[in-house]
This record gives sequence, structure tokens and C-alpha cells, in this order.
Amino acid sequence: MLRDFGLNEVWFLVLAARWTLALSAVAFVGGGVVGLLLAVARISPWRWLRVAVSGWIQVVQATPMLMLLLLFYFGINMFGVRIDAWTAAAVAFTIGTSAYLADIWRGCIQAVPQGQWEAAKALALNFRLTLALIVIPQAVRMALPPTVGYMVQVVKGTSLAALIGFTELAKAGAQMNTITFEPVRVFGTVSLLYFAMCFPLSMLARRLERKLHVGSLRVQAL
Amino acid sequence: MGYTFQFGTVLGYWPQFLEGAWLTVKLSAFAMTFGLAVGILCALARSYGPKPLAWAAAVYVEFIRNTPFLIQLYFVFFALPNAGIRLDPTKAALLAMTINLGAYSTEIVRAGLESIPAGQIEAGRALGLNRLQIIRFIVLLPAIKAVYPALTSQFILVLLGSSIVSAIAAEELTAFANTLNMQTFRSFEIYAIVTLIYIALAFGFRAVFAGVHAVLFPQRAG
Repeated sequence: MLRDFGLNEVWFLVLAARWTLALSAVAFVGGGVVGLLLAVARISPWRWLRVAVSGWIQVVQATPMLMLLLLFYFGINMFGVRIDAWTAAAVAFTIGTSAYLADIWRGCIQAVPQGQWEAAKALALNFRLTLALIVIPQAVRMALPPTVGYMVQVVKGTSLAALIGFTELAKAGAQMNTITFEPVRVFGTVSLLYFAMCFPLSMLARRLERKLHVGSLRVQAL
Repeated sequence: MGYTFQFGTVLGYWPQFLEGAWLTVKLSAFAMTFGLAVGILCALARSYGPKPLAWAAAVYVEFIRNTPFLIQLYFVFFALPNAGIRLDPTKAALLAMTINLGAYSTEIVRAGLESIPAGQIEAGRALGLNRLQIIRFIVLLPAIKAVYPALTSQFILVLLGSSIVSAIAAEELTAFANTLNMQTFRSFEIYAIVTLIYIALAFGFRAVFAGVHAVLFPQRAG
């Protein structure tokens, strides 16, 4: 044993959790912006765009998140473009998260009754205005619970950045394990820290679902 | 740029890629089977079991769903030997995948169980079916039919998530890719090919699930 697992070590893990939160924020904001664009493209009046975007989403959803990370981190470096773990993780998480969020949000947008579109058309609103003024405000209500639920998956998903050498909570735990040889305490603590970040979000998602009386659009991820 | 693609070099390892992919398929298929079994048992415990059992199942589900798979994998691989349980990486991977999927499928199957009206069970009893027959024909089969889409998308996530077990150097597809990457440094080619294999596997599994659905729940005419 090189080092005991004491309060200092716990504190080290708590500090590492900041990077998990930072990565989660980047993934969620990046994935949210791109996801919204994809969701809108998915219901646009142009058939070719709908087909292309739907194909893209299906392909991304059939790709392991870890592959996106490895592809961007190791793969892009090969072309002489220096890309650090931060950038690679940000790009990979944005791509992955956006595909799932786009799917969730498209479902919500399409759940807004067709009559609303027709009424907007009767009022001579174009596609953009109908979306911005009529449809999206109603869709947001339905989208809130599954979106908060998906944030749990985003937070957990950031742990994969550890595998391209980014030191966030999971990586810090693995390092701590190799110097203390206390896997039960180390990974127990790491689990509790993740739980502390994710469980409140899960509870919030469930409460919103009940409060807003919307059917559960199930959010899934590993 | 001046980068020359060398897919030829990498494709020379095709047999090993296939071997890795086969192990990925086996791991995923076993995890899906065992995970679903765990999920059915825990869902029955949560819905119909005695209080302490239902509560234990709920704690299991919440804890697993709110912590990352990578940490669960580390825990199984590094901490279980402390309890005298030493598993090789592939077995540890399978155990972690089963525990993880078990929690998700518990939630999914439970949603299915809740969709079965109590009157159906009473009707089964009135027809003189025994307990096992009621569970099998009246509760489980219709419940699984109701949640089959959710269940299979969770299964696909298990397949994609299996890439994470490369973190403990099991010998599946991603682990092989990592080894080959260190030997040949053709990162982009390797990870691009492996990504395509995963996409193919995901679509393949989806086709199989559609086939299973057709066999298990045949559409009755009229």
C-alpha cells in the first residue's frame, strides 16, 4: 500500500467531480444546440433533409459513444491536427448527445396536434414562425421530463472520457485505486459521488413527469 | 495534410477483427439473456413481492441507474477479488453487464406489468389457471409484448456499451482495436473500421429482434 485512503483522498475525488460537471455541461449545451437543429431538420418541409438527418441519427445511435471518443482523439491526431482530450471529448459528446436529444425532441414536437400547424397556416405564419411561436413553446412542456432524465445519461456518459486519458471523476478513481489498492472504498466513494449528481436529476425528472401530466417518453442509455 | 490511408494494412487483420466482433456478440447476447432474467425476477419482486424484497429491488435499480457502467465494471473487476471472487476480464465484463442491464430491464418490465389490468389476473384465476400459468400467460407475455420496443432499444445499448469493457482488457472488439492501435498506429483506419462493424452489428441485432417479435407475438388475422 503506497498511500492510505483517507479524507484527503476523498477530497481529491470530490475535486475531480468538478471536471465531470464541466464535461457534462459542455456535452449538454453542445448536444442541445446541435440536437435542436437536428430535431427541426427532422420535421422540415424538405424531404431530402428529413431523410438525411434521420439516417444520420440512426447511424450515430448505432455507434458506441466510446468509438466516437477514440475516433476523434486518436483518429484525428493522425492527420497532423493536434487535438487534446478536452476537444475530442467535447466534439464526441456533442455528436452523441445531439442524436439522442434530437430524437426525444422530435417526438415532442410531433406530439403537438396537427391542428396547431393548420391554424398557424391559416394565420399565414411560415414554417419558422409556426415553429418558434406555436409549436416549440408547447413542445417544451412535454420535452422537459425526458430531457432532464437524459441529463443523467449525459453525466454518466462523461465517465468514458477517462478512457482517452481525461482526468475526471472516473479516471481519478482509477488512479486512486492504483496507488491505494483500496478498490472497495475508492470505487464506493466514486459511485456515491456519481449518485449524488445523478439521483437528484432522476427524481426531478420523475416529479416533472407527474406534475406536467405527460406520458413517459422513456429515456434509455447505459 | 499529406496523410495516406492504409486500410490495406489494417484489413490484413480481418480475421482478428471478426474474432473480436464474435466475442462482442456473445458477450452481448449472454448479457441480454441474463439481464432480462434478472429484470423479470426483480420486476416481479417489485410489483408482487413482499415489502422488503420490493424495497431491495428498488434500491438496486436506483443505484445502478444513477451510476456509470464504467464504475460498476471497475467495482466488479477490482473490488470483488477482495471478497475472494476472482474473475477473468471477460467473466467480470459479463457480470457487470448483467447487473447493469438487470436494473434497466427491471424498470422496463415493471412498466409492462403495470399495464396488465387486475381483472385479467382474476379472470385467469376464475378459469382455474395455477399461479405459474397466470404469471406466464396472463402477466409476463403480454407485459413483455407491451414493452418489447423499449426492451430491445435497451438491448442495443448493451451491445454498444460492451465496448466499455475494453477498459479492463477483455478481448472483445474494442480491446482488440486498442491493441492493434498500439502495434500499428493506424488509429483512424482501425477505429473507422471498428465503428462500421459496431454499426453493422447494431443493425443486425435490430433485424433479429424484429424477427423474434414476429415469432413470439404473431399478428392474428382479423
